[in-house]
Amino acid sequence: MATSAHTSHSVGLVEPQTLHVAQAMPLDCGKTLKRFDIVYETYGTLNADASNAVLICHALSGNHHAAGYHSEDDAKPGWWDKCIGPGKMIDTDRFCVVSPANLASYNGSTGPSSAHPETGRHYGPDFPVVTVADWVRSQNILRQALGIEQWSAVIGGSLGGMQVMQWAIDFPDRLRHAVVIAAAPKLSAQNIAFNEIARQAIVTDPEFHGGRYYEHDVVPRRGLMLARMLGHITYLSDEAMRAKFGRDLRDGRISYGFDVEFQVESYLRYQGASFVDRFDANTYLLMTKALDYFDPAHEHGGDLAKAFAGATARFLVISFTSDWRFAPERSREIVDSLVDAGKQVSYAEVASDLGHDDFLLTLPHYLNTLRTYLDRVAREIGA
Amino acid sequence: MNTHLTGSHDGLRDDLALISNWITPGARVLDLGCGDGALLAHLQHTKQVSGYGLEIDPDNLIACVAAGVNGLQLDLDAGLEQFEDKSFDFVIMSSALQEVRRPDQLIDEMLRIGRDSIVTFPNFGHWKPRASLGLRGLMPVSGALPNRWYDTPNIHLCTVRDFEALCRHKRVKIVQRHVVNHAHRSNIGMRTFPNLLGEIALYQLRRDALD
Repeated sequence: MATSAHTSHSVGLVEPQTLHVAQAMPLDCGKTLKRFDIVYETYGTLNADASNAVLICHALSGNHHAAGYHSEDDAKPGWWDKCIGPGKMIDTDRFCVVSPANLASYNGSTGPSSAHPETGRHYGPDFPVVTVADWVRSQNILRQALGIEQWSAVIGGSLGGMQVMQWAIDFPDRLRHAVVIAAAPKLSAQNIAFNEIARQAIVTDPEFHGGRYYEHDVVPRRGLMLARMLGHITYLSDEAMRAKFGRDLRDGRISYGFDVEFQVESYLRYQGASFVDRFDANTYLLMTKALDYFDPAHEHGGDLAKAFAGATARFLVISFTSDWRFAPERSREIVDSLVDAGKQVSYAEVASDLGHDDFLLTLPHYLNTLRTYLDRVAREIGA
Repeated sequence: MNTHLTGSHDGLRDDLALISNWITPGARVLDLGCGDGALLAHLQHTKQVSGYGLEIDPDNLIACVAAGVNGLQLDLDAGLEQFEDKSFDFVIMSSALQEVRRPDQLIDEMLRIGRDSIVTFPNFGHWKPRASLGLRGLMPVSGALPNRWYDTPNIHLCTVRDFEALCRHKRVKIVQRHVVNHAHRSNIGMRTFPNLLGEIALYQLRRDALD
């Protein structure tokens, strides 16, 4: 609530900033963005030689607002507020944290709900498909604009962890450390299948209108809601759902109908419904596509170690035992490839219950591992 | 065999200091069950080695990270097939052989992955365990074997003779052997009767190229 913006462990009130990029950016899909905005937030102070900058890469439903509050009335802080702040795991007393929104995200950088510079109307389905490598290129433009020679660390979970790997591959000199959390080197067929169901839920919603729903003044609520409900199942472990809801009934008895009866149904409907109000269906489609396409080993004959050959960053890879969306085995694929390539890497496999979402929280082993690692990073750069 | 094993290994555990003497500068090292990463940290500073430590315990893993060592939180019993043949100069396993599910298979893996392997273990053939079991009828508890039968992590204890029989059976070459007491000192008695007087055994192993 309002008062929490002023507690000592919060970065407090923050204001998003915008970088207007006038140079055209060619994208992997062959199209070009003639101009675009990158919206970002920063927490902490950049030191004199700009060596203490940390880049945060967000996941599917994230954006630039990773920590702090936008106003005194904000009920909720940024999406990774538990981990970013003064004295927190990612310590803003030592690091200057830069948190951009990715291209195609909602309420952030240029995306499908932004106005097309030529038509003045929403991009909608005309917004090009962007990839993880495109995002990293755009983040590199932000890096240059901020006068940062090299990130002391690039950190991300899930889809954010994929961006971290791409940074280490594409811009090896521009980061000292790569922290890859709850990620995978590429999606499995099962992962892609879940994404496809989510996309089908959206595009078959009668109010989708081929992605031009803005012009009809509607949103494909049902589709987006279903997509989010499905996603939520994959973010939680079977055990966590059992512990949280079991087979508890909302009204204490079975009513032999199809309305909400079990608590888990109520939870999923709530998660889905509240998501619709803060997210865009076209963004959801594009984010899931970026996930599906990510596969840095592909252009190296499927050999991830070769993809990492030029990387110079030190890596920290972290997975969670109860995560079945990107299970520890997926992180171990990353670690094995880094070892094969002779890179510096540490790997922590955190015993957890919740599932994929554990990366947003602060389990002690997770917290202590990342804190210890970042403490070394800070001392390395004298921060 | 090198018996002048007192060097400048400030603060390093004695058995690790002994191992350290066998490592060549600049080597690529894999340390199985690396604990808090002390050996690798020491080797990085004194011999500019590169490498990784495998460690299952989360607190030890954090200690590795704090020491600037590449710690990988992996279970030795889950196998090492992800490591390429001859991808390391040295594969080290210090005081962990007796704790793993299949020591024989793990030794095969070490020899496959490393050009050389270094193994250390508590010698169950030492006269004290023999006396404890043979005369008193009790499972031994000593400096080298500090745990009691019900809380020990040791599930595959062996003697120097047992180990060397396995090496012969596997046609593994023993490059060098060193036996010490639990304070990691050696003397002529231990060198003459290693299986009776040595409490801890250190071996450098190699599989000949013909195999």
